[in-house]
Amino acid sequence: MSRIGVFVCHCGENIARTVDVVGVRDAALTMKGVIHSEDYKYMCSSIGQNMLKDAIKSKKLTGVVVACCSPKMHEPTFRNASAEAGLNPYLCEIANIREQCSWVHEDKAIATPKAIELTGLMIEKVKQNSPLGDIQVPITKKALVIGGGVAGIQAALDIAEGGHQVILVEQTPSIGGKMAGLSETFPTLDCSQCILTPKMVDCARHKNIKLYTYSEIESIKGYLGNFEVTIRKKARFVKESVCTGCGLCYLKCPQKKIPSEFDQGTGYRTAIYVPFPQAVPNIPVIDKNTCTKLLKDRCGLCEKVCPPGAIDYTQQDEIITEKIGAIVVATGFELIPNNLYGEYGYGKYKDVINGLQFERIISASGPTKGEIKRPSDGKVPENVVFIQCVGSRDPSKGLPYCSKICCMYTAKQTMLYKHKVHHGQAYVFYIDIRAGGKGYEEFVTRAIEEDGAVYLRGRVSRIYRKKDKLIVRGMDTLSGNKVEIETDMVVLASAMVAPKGIEKLYQKLGTSYDKYNWLTEAHPKLRPVETTNAGIFLAGACQAPKDIPDAVSQASGAACKVMALFSRDTLNKEGTVARINETLCTGCQMCINACPYKAIELKDIKNKQGQLIRQVAKVNEGLCQGCGVCVATCLSKCPDLAGITEEQVYAEILSLS
Amino acid sequence: MKLGYYPGCALEGSSKDYSMSLARVFKEIGLELEPIKDWNCCGASAAHSTNHKLALALPYRNLAMATEQGLTELFVPCPFCSKTLINTNQEIQDARYKMQDGNYDGTVKIINSVDIFTRLMDKIQSKIDPARLKGLKVACYYGCLLVRPPKLLKYDDPEQPTSMDEVVKKLGAEPVDWEFKIECCGGGFTVCNEDAVLELSNKILEDAQENGAQAIIVACQMCQINLDMRQKAIEKKYGVSYNMPIIYLPQLIGLAMGIEPKELGLNLHFVDTSSVVSRPAEAGQRTTHNK
Repeated sequence: MSRIGVFVCHCGENIARTVDVVGVRDAALTMKGVIHSEDYKYMCSSIGQNMLKDAIKSKKLTGVVVACCSPKMHEPTFRNASAEAGLNPYLCEIANIREQCSWVHEDKAIATPKAIELTGLMIEKVKQNSPLGDIQVPITKKALVIGGGVAGIQAALDIAEGGHQVILVEQTPSIGGKMAGLSETFPTLDCSQCILTPKMVDCARHKNIKLYTYSEIESIKGYLGNFEVTIRKKARFVKESVCTGCGLCYLKCPQKKIPSEFDQGTGYRTAIYVPFPQAVPNIPVIDKNTCTKLLKDRCGLCEKVCPPGAIDYTQQDEIITEKIGAIVVATGFELIPNNLYGEYGYGKYKDVINGLQFERIISASGPTKGEIKRPSDGKVPENVVFIQCVGSRDPSKGLPYCSKICCMYTAKQTMLYKHKVHHGQAYVFYIDIRAGGKGYEEFVTRAIEEDGAVYLRGRVSRIYRKKDKLIVRGMDTLSGNKVEIETDMVVLASAMVAPKGIEKLYQKLGTSYDKYNWLTEAHPKLRPVETTNAGIFLAGACQAPKDIPDAVSQASGAACKVMALFSRDTLNKEGTVARINETLCTGCQMCINACPYKAIELKDIKNKQGQLIRQVAKVNEGLCQGCGVCVATCLSKCPDLAGITEEQVYAEILSLS
Repeated sequence: MKLGYYPGCALEGSSKDYSMSLARVFKEIGLELEPIKDWNCCGASAAHSTNHKLALALPYRNLAMATEQGLTELFVPCPFCSKTLINTNQEIQDARYKMQDGNYDGTVKIINSVDIFTRLMDKIQSKIDPARLKGLKVACYYGCLLVRPPKLLKYDDPEQPTSMDEVVKKLGAEPVDWEFKIECCGGGFTVCNEDAVLELSNKILEDAQENGAQAIIVACQMCQINLDMRQKAIEKKYGVSYNMPIIYLPQLIGLAMGIEPKELGLNLHFVDTSSVVSRPAEAGQRTTHNK
């Protein structure tokens, strides 16, 4: 005989506003098997939880239904409370009368009966529940970090320092990311490379970090604690173990006019190259799309000059499989292409560049050795116009969001320009100046007051060429005047977007992303470094536009989550897994093909003489995620989900009639 | 071959040279225009800025009559007219506009003043000698309404259009790369705020000249009027000298065909067109006109 207790939550006003909570409480008490029913303003509070515990003990409840918010929110809370009172946690069920009722309805007269029905469903289900135990799964204490920018580097270093193995995968030939290409950083103006390169070197030297540069993720299988990743290590055509990094090969390479990705196209590289002098690892790669030897089987100069003979034109991509327990995604961002804005010339004016290109031009390691020269003719620009919010906050270009870092880096760039071209004048077109952050507002003020940047509040409608100058036509909305500025160079603070095609990787990971392809966090406030997929964490600008301090702190946060996970030897996994009725199983293997987690395999059944009689399906409980696909697939109805059996589902449905 | 035709008011009044040159060029390639009988004003900016329904109803009447005449395609030489007609079509297709008792379905295809020549290029090329325009540097000026609003017109690139440049290239002339293809000439302000027109049109003329254009090619009578008729006033106000002929696209086609300039109305301009009409022999291999 069931002895069910029902607990109805008001959720402050969230539920009580549209559901007659007392009505639900009273209606539940009339249902068969219910011997206890009460309501409370905040059932999740310690008082509410104590009400539940007291009732379980005093009334010897055999099952509990809490009518409250989504089980995603508080199922663990109430199951823990039940367990503390001595009731098997799987005998506690949640009826979601907030997200699925009060929040989506306005009419109390309709919402209340629906809430009663939802509660009734769970009462019928819980009557059929049986006690389950958690499943223990071992953890592989090795982490994978995807992306070798500053966020990935920080996450890898933190996890490695915590004593765990880390695999750092980077798709370009060197780690360092966008930060390695920056000149100086706001708001302190320290040299970006000077603060980053020590971390890059630490990464390469750390005994717990294994670097895979020029590599991509092929596939990912498995689940929290037990992933298996396949990595494609692209052919460098240079033997890593032999190369000494002397650099003779790229000094001699005759292909010298290939636009450098690292210099954002403002400079050139050779066909065999390291992206920048401080690259980690300092091992060149041959670009197979431009190398004469690989394309036409001519040249071969690098092989001839290489002292240790490290060049290998026959090298193939290598596929590596690694077992790991947790993943940190730190895949970063890119800028919208310059040619998106027709009114700014569709990228046809060489002297209209984006912020990252300007960083290369002012960087001491850049193509002009830090001298500010404009791309078209190498002239030192007498004035520069900076345009903020190019793409950002512009719904007409499909990007309504703020890119967050542009106000600050534009202010920084006006300063650096003024420091290098003393007689020069910087103009900035802006919508608002968003300088929230430690020392940020003061920094912008310095740009305006000490370095004389002229800030004009308004947008630029058009840029056009007049002889060797560019005319920037815009609006100063504070004075209400049209403004035309004759300038030598224009720098666009282009919007930050997710890297092109990155959604393919996110699909392999099974993590959710928003319509701009930014990764979605598990909770925007309280779980900002976790994805919705257990065991996969995020760091840096792959989530949304972020500056360096934010990216680094998030990376350390993600690393901390990974280490918390690795602090245990096994994982508790919910007991809701598929179970096979071996008597019914015909061994047809349909469920094996259908299972998306590859959790089902064949098991031999033998007689006493050890002869094979037949084969049946067997569920690996560690792999099973309780999705129920096998239950739906099986023709002989032999698998069933513990905790959500077919009988329970029928009982729920019948309660509605 | 017959083609539906909606002339619009300007072609019958202030821009006689435009309609003359159109008629003459079409005659040369054997294309007959069939005007909408009893066509009426498209509403232009007057209706558009005062009464939304009127701005839709006026083009509607024209389009409905075109359908009754059995016309499925309509050549509209004025960019303002083509925009208002396309707009009415779109409103009908999107079911935002319905004429009481009317059953016109919004499907008459509107062909604008550049697209028509792109479509007819094969026929035109059989009648021209590209040598006649060889070396003539021209600035193709699209103005505002030929390519905008882009979501409605879906014609060419709204910021860097090239369709007219393509036509001009095939005629043998040399389009220059310049910056003011789509800048506003001042449009209808030529009547009520002349200063605005002088300022805007001056910039267009200045940029065309700086980029080496010997003439500006237009496909809109409003642009032509502002740049041509107001050019003297601009020169006086800004103390500059342009003498920049403003040539309609069909006039340029006519010249490439070797048609007598008078028949194309080239003698009716305010700015002397002789620098284009009778270029010295070394500038090109201009031959005698067909008489």
